[in-house]
Amino acid sequence: MANKKYIKVALIGNPNSGKTSLFNQLTGLKQKIGNYPGITVDKKTGVCSLKEGKKANIIDLPGTYSIYPRSDDERVVFETVYDLNPITKPDVVIAIVDAVNLKRNLLLFTQIHDMGIPIILALNMMDVADRSGIMIDLKKIEKTINVPIFGINARSGEGVNKIKEALSSITSGTQPKPFYEVKNFAPQLISEIKSEFKLENDYQAYLIIHQYKHVHQLTAAQKELIESLIEKYAFDINSAQAKETIDRYSIINELLDGSFKVKLDGHQYRFTDKIDSILTHKIWGYLIFMAILMGIFQSIFAWAEYPMDFIDTSISNLSLTLKSKFPDGPFFSLITDGILPGIGGILMFVPQIMLLFLFIAILEETGYMARVVFLMDKIMRQFGLNGRSVVPLISGMACAIPAIMATRSIDNWKDRLITIFVIPLVSCSARLPVFTILIAMAVPEVRILGIFNLQGLTLMALYLMGFLVAVLSALVIRQFVVRKGKSFLIMELPLYKWPRFNNVLITIYEKTRTFVWEAGRIILAISIVLWVLASYGPSDKIKNAEKTISEKYADQNLTEKQLNTKIASYKLENSYAGVFGKAIEPVIKPIGFDWKIGIALITSFAAREVFVGTMATIYSIEQADAETTIRRKMQNEINPETGGPRYTTAVAFSLIIFYAFAMQCMSTLAIVLRETKAWKWPLLQLLYLSALAYFASFITYTLLK
Amino acid sequence: MADLKVGESGIISGFQSSSLTLKLLEMGFLPGSMIKLNFKAPLGDPLSIRVSGYNVSIRLDEAAMILLQ
Repeated sequence: MANKKYIKVALIGNPNSGKTSLFNQLTGLKQKIGNYPGITVDKKTGVCSLKEGKKANIIDLPGTYSIYPRSDDERVVFETVYDLNPITKPDVVIAIVDAVNLKRNLLLFTQIHDMGIPIILALNMMDVADRSGIMIDLKKIEKTINVPIFGINARSGEGVNKIKEALSSITSGTQPKPFYEVKNFAPQLISEIKSEFKLENDYQAYLIIHQYKHVHQLTAAQKELIESLIEKYAFDINSAQAKETIDRYSIINELLDGSFKVKLDGHQYRFTDKIDSILTHKIWGYLIFMAILMGIFQSIFAWAEYPMDFIDTSISNLSLTLKSKFPDGPFFSLITDGILPGIGGILMFVPQIMLLFLFIAILEETGYMARVVFLMDKIMRQFGLNGRSVVPLISGMACAIPAIMATRSIDNWKDRLITIFVIPLVSCSARLPVFTILIAMAVPEVRILGIFNLQGLTLMALYLMGFLVAVLSALVIRQFVVRKGKSFLIMELPLYKWPRFNNVLITIYEKTRTFVWEAGRIILAISIVLWVLASYGPSDKIKNAEKTISEKYADQNLTEKQLNTKIASYKLENSYAGVFGKAIEPVIKPIGFDWKIGIALITSFAAREVFVGTMATIYSIEQADAETTIRRKMQNEINPETGGPRYTTAVAFSLIIFYAFAMQCMSTLAIVLRETKAWKWPLLQLLYLSALAYFASFITYTLLK
Repeated sequence: MADLKVGESGIISGFQSSSLTLKLLEMGFLPGSMIKLNFKAPLGDPLSIRVSGYNVSIRLDEAAMILLQ
């Protein structure tokens, strides 16, 4: 191994052991996020340069307390380290342990050590241990366990260089003497398996007996063989596992005897306990949490608007410049009307994502996120959600995209899925322009009690309704989602720490990049499809639009601008989107919509706010002062069947309700696909939300009609 | 364990057997070790517990699985 140019390193540790900090220290921005086949866990890898041109390919494995997996995340840890293929298996493992909680952290270390894989032990948070009066005799421990040990501070980077040096010089020696002998559990079974699969040691054989169902490299026949052997020797796995854990802890106790001294038990928690007495206080705890949520909400709702406006203006200016420089034609139209707005649509989300993850990274880094779960667990559990669902749900009020990305901190997959499912129901800022126009049409501008504007109250009611329906939906979906085993909340409440700027920045960078590259591709593809639908049609009418319209209005002396808007409207009406809009009219008629709204429903799948622009085109409105004009035009529209106004209060409310519930947002679809890694979830969600929107609109329309 | 008052400690004697037993063992809830109830969440559930030198949150029904001497 010492002569290999690329060595494969697996980074393993308990949650909160500082594993990610060390990973960031080792790899910097040279990180990559990939997939493990078939599951939703992200595969984080990075490259670290060592001495003499050697490189280490480091894989950051999910945090776990033991090698025996209980979730998909933990299974990844087992499968990566327990790899029967000598080419793909890691050359060396860095076990990072929290020096302050050394005893508990060493359990995982001893297990991995006994698997016979070369290992380096990194004792993190030596500074905290020092300050808390914890004395650790590294030399003595190193001598006892015969494994290279390094005291580090992963947050400041202290000691990280020593790890790099150790990586370049480590060699795979002879099989180490295990900390714990498993052979006594089932001597014959273990030796039979060991020779059958040509394994290096007893623990490897013992683990395969435990986990054979999840070892991919085994054939079905091999799995059957193991199963029959287990039966033959009547081996009881569970009691053995409990005994192993207890025994390992007593071995760790012996090993640390004399080399790990705590002067004052719980001293390191003095500061944390003080903060906790405020942050988890009956009143202050919730008030502070509310204030933090308000701050996050305010920032992604209001502050993000400036960079978003800037991106929006820049992209449309660029599009206009290109249009003036290049000739008309399908190719340039694809670029200026299809691709550029698509890219703009992707970049528009970046400020919100960056801001939200700035806050979330700080909350995670400081250790506050665990307290949020602690405070909210009982309430959220009633609705089938998790304490960690709160921040994503509230963020959803600004935008569902970063909110869905933020569900990653929910470790239970089912809870996470339910949260992702209901987030789009929470009213986001893209609904505002749609709501503003429709509320103005449906609700008179009157004041109640002299202060409350009725239109404002309606808007507030819509936000409340969105949140309520989201929570109730979670309750309903919970009945259908089958849970593997009981959900539990046994979670470390880590020490409070100052956030590391570096870690926060890397989180923001990584989230943004993931969104732009992975969700962005799908968003771009859908926006091109939508552009084709809106610019091409089945007949020649679009091609001849200019002629038809100029002839039709020849006697009216229209300005060129007026004529152009008429042409645009005519083109849209005869495009595929127009044709589809007309085709779905029978379906949307029961909820009070006509084909014009049908077209807007199709185009605004790009994003809800597109509804306003489409309505403007359909009603041939010039861009300036669009909002009030659209409203007036829509109000003046006559329904040919009744002779009364087209947009009655019933229709307007039906539309409001539809946009409140429907998943009219391709970016949400794209990010759900990216986060769940299977088409079935975004499609199910689309179906559920569309059905919900349709029926809610149907009831609204029927009641108000 | 669920009967412990805030600030009180006890010694773990064992567990009511469940799928949680192993998880608890791995997290350092070992028979014979000391366990202290630090504080409860405002709504009375979950609890903050000190065990094996660190703080951990645990739901009431999960804590009920832990038997004390």
